[in-house]
Amino acid sequence: MVNTVLFLIPLLPLLGFLILGLGYRTIPSKWTSFIGPGTIFLSFILSLLVFFNFHHFAISPFRHLSPWIHVGSLDIPFAFLIDPLSALMLLVVTGVGFIIHVYSVGYMKDDPGFNRFFAYMNLFVFSMLLLVLGANYPIMFIGWEGVGLCSYLLIGFWFKNHEYNNAAKKAFIMNRIGDLGFLLGMFLIFTTFNSLSFNQVFSQAKSMTMGDPTIMAITLLLFIGAVGKSAQIPLYTWLPDAMAGPTPVSALIHAATMVTAGVYMIARSNILYVLAPATMTIIGITGLATALFAASIAIFQNDIKKVLAYSTISQLGYMFVGLSVGAFTGAMFHLATHAFFKALLFLGAGSVIHALGGEQDIRNMGGLRKKLPKTYWTFLIATLAIAGIPPLSGFFSKDEILLHLFGHSPVMWNIAVAGAMMTAFYMFRLLYLTFFRNFRGTEDKLHHIHESPPVMAIPLIMLALLAAFGGLLNIPGLFGGGDWLSGFLSPVFADAAAVTALPATISHATEYLLMGVTLAGCLIMIWLAYHRYVKKEMGLLPDDASHSFPVKLIRKKYYIDELYDLIISKPILLISRFFHDVVELRFIDRMVNGVGNMVVWTGSTLRYIQTGNVGFYMFIMILGIILILFLNILI
Amino acid sequence: MTTLQSIPIQYYLVFCSLLFSIGVVGVLIKRNALVILMSIELMINSINLLLAAFSAYTNDPAGQIFVFFIMVVAAAEVAIGLAIVVLIYRTTHTIDINVLNKLRW
Amino acid sequence: MLTVILILLPLAISLILLTIREERVIRQFALAGSLAVFGVAVAAFIQYKTCSHCNLLFTADWLSTLGVSLKFGMDGISLLMVMLTTFLVPVIILSSFNHSYSRPSAFYSLIFLMEMALIGVFTSFDGLIFYIFWELALIPAWFICAVWGGKDRIRITFKFFIYTFVGSLFMLVALIYLYFLTPLPHSFDFQWLYAATLTPVEQTWIFAAFFLAFAIKIPVFPLHTWQPDTYTTAPGTGSMLLAGIMLKMGIYGMIRWMIPVCHIAVKQYAPVAIILAITGIVYASVIAIRQNDMKRLVAYSSIAHVGLIAAGVFTLTLHSLEGAVIQMVSHGINIVGLFVVIDAIEKRTNTRNISDLGGIALKAPRLAIVFMIILLGSIALPLTNGFIGEFLLLLGLFEYSVVFAAIAGLTIIFSAVYMLWMYQRTMLGRTNAITEQISDLTRIEMAALIPVVIMIFWIGLFPGMFLDVTLPDVLQIIHFTK
Repeated sequence: MVNTVLFLIPLLPLLGFLILGLGYRTIPSKWTSFIGPGTIFLSFILSLLVFFNFHHFAISPFRHLSPWIHVGSLDIPFAFLIDPLSALMLLVVTGVGFIIHVYSVGYMKDDPGFNRFFAYMNLFVFSMLLLVLGANYPIMFIGWEGVGLCSYLLIGFWFKNHEYNNAAKKAFIMNRIGDLGFLLGMFLIFTTFNSLSFNQVFSQAKSMTMGDPTIMAITLLLFIGAVGKSAQIPLYTWLPDAMAGPTPVSALIHAATMVTAGVYMIARSNILYVLAPATMTIIGITGLATALFAASIAIFQNDIKKVLAYSTISQLGYMFVGLSVGAFTGAMFHLATHAFFKALLFLGAGSVIHALGGEQDIRNMGGLRKKLPKTYWTFLIATLAIAGIPPLSGFFSKDEILLHLFGHSPVMWNIAVAGAMMTAFYMFRLLYLTFFRNFRGTEDKLHHIHESPPVMAIPLIMLALLAAFGGLLNIPGLFGGGDWLSGFLSPVFADAAAVTALPATISHATEYLLMGVTLAGCLIMIWLAYHRYVKKEMGLLPDDASHSFPVKLIRKKYYIDELYDLIISKPILLISRFFHDVVELRFIDRMVNGVGNMVVWTGSTLRYIQTGNVGFYMFIMILGIILILFLNILI
Repeated sequence: MTTLQSIPIQYYLVFCSLLFSIGVVGVLIKRNALVILMSIELMINSINLLLAAFSAYTNDPAGQIFVFFIMVVAAAEVAIGLAIVVLIYRTTHTIDINVLNKLRW
Repeated sequence: MLTVILILLPLAISLILLTIREERVIRQFALAGSLAVFGVAVAAFIQYKTCSHCNLLFTADWLSTLGVSLKFGMDGISLLMVMLTTFLVPVIILSSFNHSYSRPSAFYSLIFLMEMALIGVFTSFDGLIFYIFWELALIPAWFICAVWGGKDRIRITFKFFIYTFVGSLFMLVALIYLYFLTPLPHSFDFQWLYAATLTPVEQTWIFAAFFLAFAIKIPVFPLHTWQPDTYTTAPGTGSMLLAGIMLKMGIYGMIRWMIPVCHIAVKQYAPVAIILAITGIVYASVIAIRQNDMKRLVAYSSIAHVGLIAAGVFTLTLHSLEGAVIQMVSHGINIVGLFVVIDAIEKRTNTRNISDLGGIALKAPRLAIVFMIILLGSIALPLTNGFIGEFLLLLGLFEYSVVFAAIAGLTIIFSAVYMLWMYQRTMLGRTNAITEQISDLTRIEMAALIPVVIMIFWIGLFPGMFLDVTLPDVLQIIHFTK
């Protein structure tokens, strides 16, 4: 019974995918509107069931379903692990997934690929659930690659446009680079622990020494996978391009769930990571660098979705920073709240884009506050949440990470606060430019602006509630809360906690002070944004306006895409041509043909011996006989 | 000891070698097909003589039987050889073998 | 007995086909015949399973003075290869219905002759018989490519023939040499050949000869240059037979003959062979990125994929060898699927040039979906067949050497690059004048492709069945090397 429930959670979306995928031409879109979100909803209900009957599962969290790959000592079964961590992720994935599915019914209403869209979305949820539920690394890897595939399919959903297709391909390939790291990490885990199952690996890892080089190699390799999947430096460039996909896709895959897989994976492997301090340092540096770097790019972006994309990269950087200092709960908490508010932001952006008939440039927006009140208010809540304004969810989760960071290293805390302030700035820039002042688009468009239908508005409100109150999950003791999430997740991180040194306890006074400083910084930034973009009406320069060099550098996203093109894509194409035209045709094949030609040449040379003159033949023959006779005598 | 055996076998050997060499040289240096055929006959006969000599020398009739065989075969061979020569003459109006070099590369 | 039926049935069908005149009848008979052979193979599989690995042995004296006997049988590896062959032949025949080949009776007859030879290769337990079938398989393959092939076929197929034939002759020399090393009275029986005692120098020479023969067939870099040209010029059917089944002979030969016979040399020279194979992976992958002809692209991708299998075989680890066997099956299925799809596109548009195509998904969604699934299999996405093999192969390579695994692992990135590029440029985007009127897959094409798709997921989801059947034999081969 318990197994069945567990089994059904990922199976239902798969079923939805199969139905919609096989009948994509025959199923009327009305049915699809029910099947698509319906399967996710059922999964969500089952996830709730699991969550509220958690004690049933806690007894034996490992659920063996069927064998898969079994060769010698390598045994990889289809097995699920249901523990607090996966239960939390289940709720996030199916909950946010369901809301976004409902929203999509409205958003994709007139698209000819309606069925295809929901088929892909269901497949995505299936893969994500597999990723979350897997009880060993390969099952996780199935989901890991599966979500990459769905991301590919959905980014290139409008496949008539080759730019979208290129973005999709780029996402898949960059993910694959990370996946290779993940794969090698798995191999190293297997050769080290002779198992790939979480329980065996982690229980053996517990007895390893701190800073073991093998563990360091494993964690680094797995982290490469996380870098690819969670769009960190240097493999982040696919995520902004991934905005080519329909907006609900950006919300679900490229903000709320898939990109957080790396965070989940590291949280899952927490025991390995705490044993590798060097890796943790690398993660911390990568995370911080990404957070700042992406935030700086976001400030100068003018595409509403691109701003959000860079913001996502930046927030993921925060999660990694949290992980690097051992704040696993904080990272997971931020993952959850980020899923709420970032999904909301994307859906809000989708609502705006929908209302404006596909316009994405914020310079052509403005004044939408009155026209789209529901969108505005929900967007505002999400913006406040991401900017870390209490008592919205983002405040609590970000604060928890920052607090840990301070205990770990005040320098990192300083940098992270700077990042948080930048976040507040660019998010409010986005909000002001989109919803304040007057509409800057054409008169024609102004008339067409309409608030989204209920099927899109209600998901916005639901997510707004979550974004607003998601912080309740883990209200710190400081505010009289019970740290519920920390308590809930503590069994998962117990081993890691036992290994790590206790962080220096921070007095409540310091805690208040830190919060105050961060909050003050963010508020100043919000005021600054207001001053620049509402009062002074700045920020509307066209693309070709001239800028000072640093600004231009950031506007051009530090030329990273161009750099990659120059040092990777172009050389590979050149090498490809070189291999084929020179090595293959001029060298190897010529050598092969050379052998043949040599035989032909030998033959054509030796044939001149055949003169056709009988006397000559006789002469040679007799010469031969005499020679043989002489040789006989001599030897 | 018969009369034949009274002559040392070396005499036969030297004589036959000479005959054989004359045949070989004839084949090598003559261009006339008929002369070449005759030279071949000479070589065959030198062998025959040697066979007969050894046969007598060792009192073994097998050698002489071989001689008969060879004579028969040689006759046949000459018949065919001459026929070929005649045919060649008919087509090329010469029996110079240096003209017959069509079978080359 | 089933083993002999498996060899004789295709031969009989091949001969009967020669007597039929009408094309429609030939096709029906060929399809029915290939299915019947597949049925026999399935029966053999069931018997093998139920009699718990009894090898289905058949022995008859032939040249007993020379120690050559007609000894046929199947162990798990043979069985899997026979299953692959007999499964693919109906698919290949179905796909050939797209074309109207001249002299159909000869064409289909040759396919069956080839099937017979391939089954003979996989089932013979005697060195000389193995060699005879090995060469026999080349003849119909050459005829199919040379008679029904495309541009410049004579030159290219001549090269293909001579190249692979030269390689096989080295194998013959090695076999005969081995024969004289077997205990008296000499025998070609593979158990005897395994038992031959070789000095290290002899091991090296025999290894070199075997390696040359098998590496050319596989083909391993740098002995691969016959392959892209041949695949390109061969008719679709020929490419499928060559890529899907015939090149598996090389890997099969390595596992069946080379490793047990000269394992010391194999171990000694494994790094060299693996480096060659891995070089081939990267080299062919990089070349594939820029190919414009779809068949050529797939040909280079095949060199890369097969290079991984060859590299895995040489590690002599359990995981790699198991991976190699299952990947042989997977690769055969995937590449035949790809060629069927390419054939279908070529039939409709008269071109295989990627640059001429585009937007096919709009007009032929079924084609696009099937193409996507096969492509996912060949880029080793988890839950498809390609993943099982590549995972095990790379794991074995990793156990052997981390660096080798890391470099060979690049194949999962590169394969995504070139395959998705091909997919994007042919299936996605807007239609052009050439693809405007393209029609979707016909029923016959679907009938050919659906089994392929099913197998892709079957092996991907339930690899246990395929892994278990070969496990004892792979263990035994590893045992030889100890």
